[in-house]
Amino acid sequence: MSNYTKRSKQELAQRVAQDIFDGAYVNLGIGQPTLVANYLPEGMEVVLHSENGILGMGPAPAAGDEDYDLINAGKQPVTLLPGGAYFHHADSFAMMRGGHLDISVLGAFQVSATGDLANWSTGEAGAIPAVGGAMDLAVGAKETWVMMDLLTKQGQSKVVQSCTYPLTGIGCVKRIYADLATLECTPSGLRLIDKVEGLEHTELEHLIGLPVQA
Amino acid sequence: MINKISPSIAEALTGVADGSTVLIGGFGTAGIPNELIEGLIEQGARELTVVNNNAGNGDSGLAALLKAGRVRKIICSFPRQTDSWVFDELYRSGKIELELVPQGNLAERLRAAGAGVGAFFTPTGFGTELALNADGTPKETRRINGRDYVLEYPIHGDLALIKAETGDRWGNLTYRKAARNFGPVMATAAKRTVATVHEVLELGQLDPEAIVTPGIFVSRIVKIERVATQAGGFKRAA
Repeated sequence: MSNYTKRSKQELAQRVAQDIFDGAYVNLGIGQPTLVANYLPEGMEVVLHSENGILGMGPAPAAGDEDYDLINAGKQPVTLLPGGAYFHHADSFAMMRGGHLDISVLGAFQVSATGDLANWSTGEAGAIPAVGGAMDLAVGAKETWVMMDLLTKQGQSKVVQSCTYPLTGIGCVKRIYADLATLECTPSGLRLIDKVEGLEHTELEHLIGLPVQA
Repeated sequence: MINKISPSIAEALTGVADGSTVLIGGFGTAGIPNELIEGLIEQGARELTVVNNNAGNGDSGLAALLKAGRVRKIICSFPRQTDSWVFDELYRSGKIELELVPQGNLAERLRAAGAGVGAFFTPTGFGTELALNADGTPKETRRINGRDYVLEYPIHGDLALIKAETGDRWGNLTYRKAARNFGPVMATAAKRTVATVHEVLELGQLDPEAIVTPGIFVSRIVKIERVATQAGGFKRAA
């Protein structure tokens, strides 16, 4: 076995936060991506978008200060920062489909080497489907980033040649931030941005089962 | 004289026909017009097509409308939730039809209806299962300037039920925080829009620069009390 340690959820969130730039308009998807907000560098102004109609979303309120008219896409109470704004749903999704958001960070079941995304349905028979804003977020931002474990609990790569789960969008993922490596999806396949210390390039390729350009 | 202020929810919802398409605002705990949904249950219209982001939570509001067997079809983006048992049961037993729509397409199809747009090409959903019609045939697609799009049609409502914050007798509305969500687009997309407000102001007291939904899109306004709902509901702002 090689001598490497996976990034923790917090370290991964920190890694994503490093690449967000001052002045960026960002949507952090429900679940793991919301952790990124905790690691944005002090003094940097990043405007968080929530698809239910908020720009300039702030952190959770103190206990007792919750206002249930002010919630995020995950339906949790949030706050509004000075300079923040409210708007209706069509405007909110125009911010996505119109290409106004700089970065959208999403979770995923699978991502293909060329950036196809599957994150809304496992296609399980009898399951009730639900999509929400996933497809809009996937195709709308200037850059779509995915944050996930590289492998499933069973050890299969979630980065694949071709997604077997139902697609959310085609060729839309630009970067994968995983617990073992950061990868870029390009029309010609995967390219390495960084990997955890001690993980050999060949071993990473072996885990994914696909070539990774250095 | 124009007076859109209605004395009661029952009056505002008189004559809703069976088979109507009803647009219902709200997202999460914010902006759900629960009082109007209860009024619609009382009113008794059946065979409804309901458009909402979700498919009801718990046993009240939209879930109660579903449970009462009034809804034939639901058009929404996210039916499956931890407390959507009423919908889940109806769906699994084949008693309700579901049209699943990506949330942004839902909003834009409503906007298109309100703006008189015949159909529109959207990048959202291209190449996915949701770019198929109910019968499994592919929706029309087109490549425009190197990007692929799906053709989507408007969603017209016979009735829209929305929750606003403040209104006047001309039907002008403002909203509160993220409770705005679908309200303004749904108001434009229905033949008849009924809004609840917590406060009615005299004409001219609403700042014209701050009116979100101009009265032309609103048919009736009913004043309701602020109630802290079980989900948290409204809590008074500072």
